[in-house]
Formats: sequence, C-alpha cells, structure tokens
Amino acid sequence: MERYYQEEIECASLEKIKEIQSEKLVKQVKHVWEDVPYYRKKMEAKGVTPDDIKSVDDLHKLPFLSKADLRDAYPYGLLGTPLKDCVRMHSTSGTTGKRVVAFYSQHDIDLWEDCCARAIVAAGGTDEDVIQVAYGYGLFTGGMGLHGGAHKVGCLTIPASSGSTDRQIMFINDLSATILCCTPSYAAYLSERMKEMGYGPDDIPLKSAILGAEAWTEEMRKSIEKTMGIKAYDIYGLTELSGPGVAFECSAQTGMHINEDHFIPEIIDPDTEEVLPEGSVGELVFTAVDKEAFPMLRYRTRDICKLWREKCPCGRTHIKMAKPMGRSDDMLIIRGVNVFPSQIETVLLNNGYAANYLIVVDRVNNTDTFEVQVEMTPEMFTDSIAEIEAKQKTLVEGLKSMLGIKAKVTLLAPKSIARSEGKAVRVIDNRKLH
Amino acid sequence: MSVKQISVFLENKPGTLKKMTGFLAGHGIDIRAISVSETVGFGVARLIVDDALSAINTLNENDFIANLTPVLAIEVPDEAGGLDGLLAIFSELEVNIEYMYAFSSSRTMAHAYMIFRVADTKTAEAKLTGKGIKILSQEDIAKM
Repeated sequence: MERYYQEEIECASLEKIKEIQSEKLVKQVKHVWEDVPYYRKKMEAKGVTPDDIKSVDDLHKLPFLSKADLRDAYPYGLLGTPLKDCVRMHSTSGTTGKRVVAFYSQHDIDLWEDCCARAIVAAGGTDEDVIQVAYGYGLFTGGMGLHGGAHKVGCLTIPASSGSTDRQIMFINDLSATILCCTPSYAAYLSERMKEMGYGPDDIPLKSAILGAEAWTEEMRKSIEKTMGIKAYDIYGLTELSGPGVAFECSAQTGMHINEDHFIPEIIDPDTEEVLPEGSVGELVFTAVDKEAFPMLRYRTRDICKLWREKCPCGRTHIKMAKPMGRSDDMLIIRGVNVFPSQIETVLLNNGYAANYLIVVDRVNNTDTFEVQVEMTPEMFTDSIAEIEAKQKTLVEGLKSMLGIKAKVTLLAPKSIARSEGKAVRVIDNRKLH
Repeated sequence: MSVKQISVFLENKPGTLKKMTGFLAGHGIDIRAISVSETVGFGVARLIVDDALSAINTLNENDFIANLTPVLAIEVPDEAGGLDGLLAIFSELEVNIEYMYAFSSSRTMAHAYMIFRVADTKTAEAKLTGKGIKILSQEDIAKM
C-alpha cells in the first residue's frame, strides 16, 4: 500500500492543483510587487503589473530571475520580508561561481520540511524508521532539509552529517539505520567501503536511500542498489528555491514528482526564453509560490530536463521531471561538442568500470585535449595486456559513440581519485578560456 | 606443477614500482623474478616470489590491483644452446608462448630458470613433463 505524507494534495486532481497554483501565484505576485523593489523594476520594464496575473496561465508574462540577478541583489536585495521575520539562511557551495545566499521565514522552513517529509514517506519512511542523514549540516541545505523532514515523519534521526566514513558505517550497522540520505557519489563510496569490509547486501540494514544534490545516472543507481541491497530514490532541489525536496522520486522510480503546489515548473528554450510544450527538453524554470522570505519568480535553474504528466502507479498526480541531464553549468564544450559528465558516467558503468572518474580538459596548440581518467578495478584487471588494451579501446569507442568526439582514456590505480563526501569533483578544465 | 605468478597493475607514474616493492620488502617477501611490461598508459609487473599468498594479500590491502596467474618455471642448463634446446621441444609440441622472462638463483650456478606463460598451462605441463622437462613447483621456488 502506497503511503503519503499529505495525500490530499499529493494526489489532488489536475483542476485542484491548477486552482491552488493560481490562487497562490496571484497572491505571491502582489507580495513581490509590494515588497521586492528589485523584481518590481523587472516587471515594470516588461510592462507587467499584478493585475495582469489572474491565473497560472499568465505565468509566462512574468520576467525571469537568473543567477546573475542573485549576484546583483546580493545579499538582501531579493528579500521579501523584513529581517525580523527571517529565521535562517543557507548558502550554496559556490562550486559554479559566487555563493548564493537564501533566506527563510519560519513558514518557509515549514513548507520545505513538508516537501522533504513527502520524499521520505515516498521512499518508504514511517515513524518506525531510523534515518541517517549523511548530507552536510550547516550552510548546505541537504543536511538540515532532510533532517527537518525526518522529524516531521517522526523517524529516529541520526544527524551524522558528511564525512567520517567508518563512523557512518558503524551507525548504520549498530543502530540498524533503514534509510540513508546523502549524495549519490558518497553513497557509492559508502557501498564500496562496506563491500571491502565484507558486508554483503543482506548484511546491511538499510532498505532505501534518498540521494541527490548532484547529477547521477541510472547505471549508478543500479550499482548502489545492488551493492547495498536497497532501493535508491532520487531527490531534487536547489538552495534558491529552498533545498532538497522540490521534487522527489516515488516507488515507480521513473522520474520525480515536483511539489507543484509550492513550486510551479516550466520548460523553456534557454536561448529564446520561450515556454516549450510538455514533454520537450529544455531549461527548467521554477516559480516558488509559497515562500515569503525569498520569493523566487520564474527562476532559471540552468538544469536541462523534461516534464510530463502521467497516471503514476504510486497514485501521486503531481507533474514529473526527468533526472536533469546535467546543469547547464556542468556542461563542457570540448572541440565544439556539448559534453555532460553524466554521459561519460553512463559509458563507464556500461563498460564495467566504477563511477570514479575525472575529466581533464586542456588546450594545446589551439586544440582541446580531452582525457577521461578512470580507476582500474579488480574485475577489469587481467594479466593479459592485450585484453586490458582491448577493453580500453572498447571504452574509447563507447565514449566516441556517446559524445561524438574522441577521448584519451587513462587507467589509474585504485583510490587514486579523491572520494567526495559531498558533491564530487568530476572535471578539471585547464583551458584558459576566460 | 605450475607456479603462481603475481600480476600487478601499475599506473604510469614515477614511484609506483617503488611503492609496490616497498610493501613487499616491509613484509619480508623475497622476489625471485620480476618482469615489467609497459604500454603507453599503464604497466603490468609480473613477479615470482617466495610467498605468493602473503604477497598478494599485502598488495591488495594496500590498494594495488593484483591477481594470480599460473605460469611454468623451467630449469634451463646455463650453457650455449640451453634455451634453444628447450624451445625446440616447445616448438615440437606446438606449445605457444605468450611471454617469457628469465631468472637465476645464486644457489644453483649450473642452471638458469625461465618463466613461461602459455595459453593452456595444464596441457602444456603434461606434454613437457612427458618429454622429461623438469617443471618447478611453488615449493621449489619457496625453497630456493
């Protein structure tokens, strides 16, 4: 039997969802017009007033916000409430430029934790569960977001935070943790470490994991699920909108339901900024209709993915989003070709290598060099150099057919690529392009 | 009886081989023979040691990828034509050699030893023994 945290809204009819969205949007636009001069100026420049926004169908009339706006308005320029009503801030890791700071009122924290609670229940969580939150606690949203959600569900929450791998494994085993929350790359590392320590899938008490905060592939999911004997669920979010829980996967594991009563999604063409029809691949844009302190309207995520509605076997009616192909900032342009690290990961896993890899790009004599470094595994190693070279060649061909350009593949010693406890570093770009 | 050769994956980086020999030395493992083959990007070291199991465990514990490969260790008279005479028998028996390398022992001055990797170790072993060739066992290597 499928369980829900907020069944009435998670399984509401499309009409009901639209009605909620419209009502909240109209209110939110008024709030922003009155309280956020930065956005009001943008609306004025576009010739839009709150009177033009009568329902969710008018969403496309509003101006966009982008990361550049967050930079311009840093730190308090987009605040929607007086500081006395803000109770917390979080910040991004700043991996792609300047840190983003986001603010929350108590109401904002509540709705964010509700979203995380929905994700935990969808991953099979109940008040009987022991949940280990191995996302970083602190400025990063992952730790405190899932922590708050776990409290709402009533799970026993282990605030392990990131790092101290052997201690993580000790708590999982000693306290019989049933749900793990962390980044997919850290889950892969934990599963690798547990395998080394002799734990088979049946020895590990975990039943599921809620993994997010970075791009990962279906192949990586399969490998984590098999090694730990669990179900691994994807969770999506971004600090600008609150944190994890903007969208989450259900038991069907075929895309993530967006909490669209709080976050209205659109897909646009990143170049023309035109809204694309449902099912098209484009840039994901969100309007947070409930947030008081940091009310993002039409925020461009730079994530490339698609949206669709379907009758989901889990019973939830909210629109689904595909796993983002990668953030448009993660995308590399090598010899004029778009390359996403997730594509490389797919090829590596399909060829029997582990998801521990590094992409090294450089420019020599005005030509891009493109190297994929991957660790040798005991399964891939044989005494025959010819056989290793043949496998290496197959990998080069696999990459070429996926990406359209040739990469040099370098095999490294095991554990020579640093394991990440948070977001994995996958790319070293030595080109001096800026 | 074939001998257990240890094959080790080596990243192409200064100091890798030293790191490997360091762990072996630290565990008192005596290397009887070694051959290193390299390609553009990586290398494979092949070793015959006195204690193969303890060597492979040490290497695995220290994050080296290593496996065991059966090879034939054969005594060759240390004189002109010694190897040629042995290879004549390989040729006659149609035993194909994938790779080979040599080692010597200070205790048996009259003989050199050759390590042969062949496709089908068991069949080759039977054929060669039938021709009166002495094939060394793991115990022989340990005792050397």
